[in-house]
Amino acid sequence: MSAPRVVLVDDHGLFRSGVRAELGRQVEVIGEADDVQPAIDLIGELLPDVVLLDVHLPGGGGQAVVQAVKTSHPEVKFLALSASDAPEDVIAVIRAGARGYVTKTISTAELADAVRRVAAGDAVFSHRLAGFVLDAFAAAPQAPSDVKPSFDSELDQLTSREREVLRLIAQGYTYKEIAKELFISVKTVESHVSSVLRKLQLSTRHQLTRWAAERRLA
Amino acid sequence: MSPIAVTGRLGHDGTVEHPARWHRDQMGHGGPFGRRGPHWLRNRNGHGGPLRREQTDRIGGGVAAGIAAWRGFSPTTVRIVFVLGTLISTGWGVPLYVLAWLFIPAAGADANIFSKARNDAGGIRLAVGLASLLIFVLLVAGALNGGWFIGWAWPQVFSIAGLALIWRNAPEEDQATLRHLLEPLGVATDDVKPNRRSALRLIIAGALMAGGLGWLFSAHASLALLRPLGGVLLVIAAIVLALGPWWLRIARDLALERQAKARAEERVDIASRVHDSVLQTLALIQRRADDPQKVIQLARMQERELRSWLFEGRDPDEADEELTVAAGVRKIQEDVEARYGVPVEAVMVGDCDLDDNLAALVAAAGEATVNAAKWSGAGVISLFAEVEAGEVSIVVRDRGKGFDPEAVPEDRKGLAESVHGRMARRGGTATVTTAPGEGTKVTLKMPRPGFSRGGLGGSSPRDDRAGRT
Repeated sequence: MSAPRVVLVDDHGLFRSGVRAELGRQVEVIGEADDVQPAIDLIGELLPDVVLLDVHLPGGGGQAVVQAVKTSHPEVKFLALSASDAPEDVIAVIRAGARGYVTKTISTAELADAVRRVAAGDAVFSHRLAGFVLDAFAAAPQAPSDVKPSFDSELDQLTSREREVLRLIAQGYTYKEIAKELFISVKTVESHVSSVLRKLQLSTRHQLTRWAAERRLA
Repeated sequence: MSPIAVTGRLGHDGTVEHPARWHRDQMGHGGPFGRRGPHWLRNRNGHGGPLRREQTDRIGGGVAAGIAAWRGFSPTTVRIVFVLGTLISTGWGVPLYVLAWLFIPAAGADANIFSKARNDAGGIRLAVGLASLLIFVLLVAGALNGGWFIGWAWPQVFSIAGLALIWRNAPEEDQATLRHLLEPLGVATDDVKPNRRSALRLIIAGALMAGGLGWLFSAHASLALLRPLGGVLLVIAAIVLALGPWWLRIARDLALERQAKARAEERVDIASRVHDSVLQTLALIQRRADDPQKVIQLARMQERELRSWLFEGRDPDEADEELTVAAGVRKIQEDVEARYGVPVEAVMVGDCDLDDNLAALVAAAGEATVNAAKWSGAGVISLFAEVEAGEVSIVVRDRGKGFDPEAVPEDRKGLAESVHGRMARRGGTATVTTAPGEGTKVTLKMPRPGFSRGGLGGSSPRDDRAGRT
């Protein structure tokens, strides 16, 4: 596969030039933008494979870019990149449609790998995001007696295998290590993570929103 | 085994200089940032300095608040005592207050208002003029038999004269307060325009006042004992009607002002601490530029501090008051990073209070993490804690060199002995997965009796903290 074409969206010029310099050999950085509207215009024009998107932008946050581009160009994939670990920011940009989330402290090799994965259609979770997701879905009452069946839809719960995979991601395992640990193929790991991402994006669980809000208050 | 033991073992004598602490030591004990919360909520013990008028928590000249701060009372107590004293002394409290305003310097100032007023010939003339006018009025009223009212009014001769001097010589802040206080008495202010409703209110109040005073003054001609009482009631009604809205507004303004001030203080406090701490770290990084390990350590420490300020709203120096699993894990992370300079990626899922068993679990996790930092040679250690309904598990994992469990020499049995033993004594389990070159993974699990898996009460881990039923 040829190197993915990437657009960088971040309001910190220093960070953009740093990422461009580091990723230069492994992916093709075709454009940069520093705010929501310029980013939407640029992405519509260049149609990159992957947009590396800062969660915090002055003109309305990363999810505004995802939402605007998703409707017109659903083939463009987003990887959220953030210095913040505030769960509500991360969850918001994922639910808007980003295919993954990594922290800005990630190493260059891991970032390049994450970009390639997202370009290939996989989901990428940082260990922190995995922790958030486990936390959010763990808030479900274990006994179904006091839960209305409608909340118990397949979308609102993680399978035990998915939880297992998320736990290992949270412990810093790579997909390859997870596959070895669980005696499954890397492809299966990827499909589990994609399935979790889908649930995260589509679930209507009110707990998800409430959970993020509670984290803020705590 | 208490969680404190974790702290003790890991120690605070790490080699990294803590920028915030470093700074604070220079500022002297406590420092300006050691104080928490709005200042009027703090329990004062008297500041021990000279008596000064308080500029922040004032109603009039700040005399009562000043005395309160000086002697360590609550300002409200001082104000109540003052009002009672004024009532008992038939009004002499007011001129006393005005004199205090004149003679006690404001907080942060050296000179009092009087030292300036002394040279203000025009002001003194005005004060004397006003006082003599009032004396004349009172003499006339006395001749007409003004009753108790006259006795109350005499002290105010001094009050009026004093206020005139303050008015002319006080700094802008005091003048604003004075204008605020005198506003309903007809002193023109720019921001309050009289409207028809307030005019009507004042007319009614004036009529009541006139009627009441007339009743009072005519009482001597009559023998009816009820008349003075009726007069007093009318006068009081008039005062309440005329001044009530203004009193309410003053009370409301004061409350709003205090809230705004508290918020502003909090913001400034956090901003100054954040900026300060970042600047200190940058300074240290410049000095240690030749030592990459130290630079990373400093950057990690600063990052952790900023995160806890910005995203958790928590002061990183504040001890975690709630002793929870998450707090314990955070503590391990901080201590290991500070002491061994190895980044610890901590992920926590759920949280619950610590009991003896869980404290043992956290202590064992601390030991495993320290071991990984010391021996594995890994660049990063993962620390994962999950609180479930039936058990709490902590996984400590590194990608370091690992070891052959069979080949560990006797004198290095620390991990096996203390971690396994600690867990087993409390009914938990410890599993060490390792091989040379493959890193080490220590999985610690502690059951939570009474919270069986898929629990009967359907209690989720997060709800435990709200209340166990």
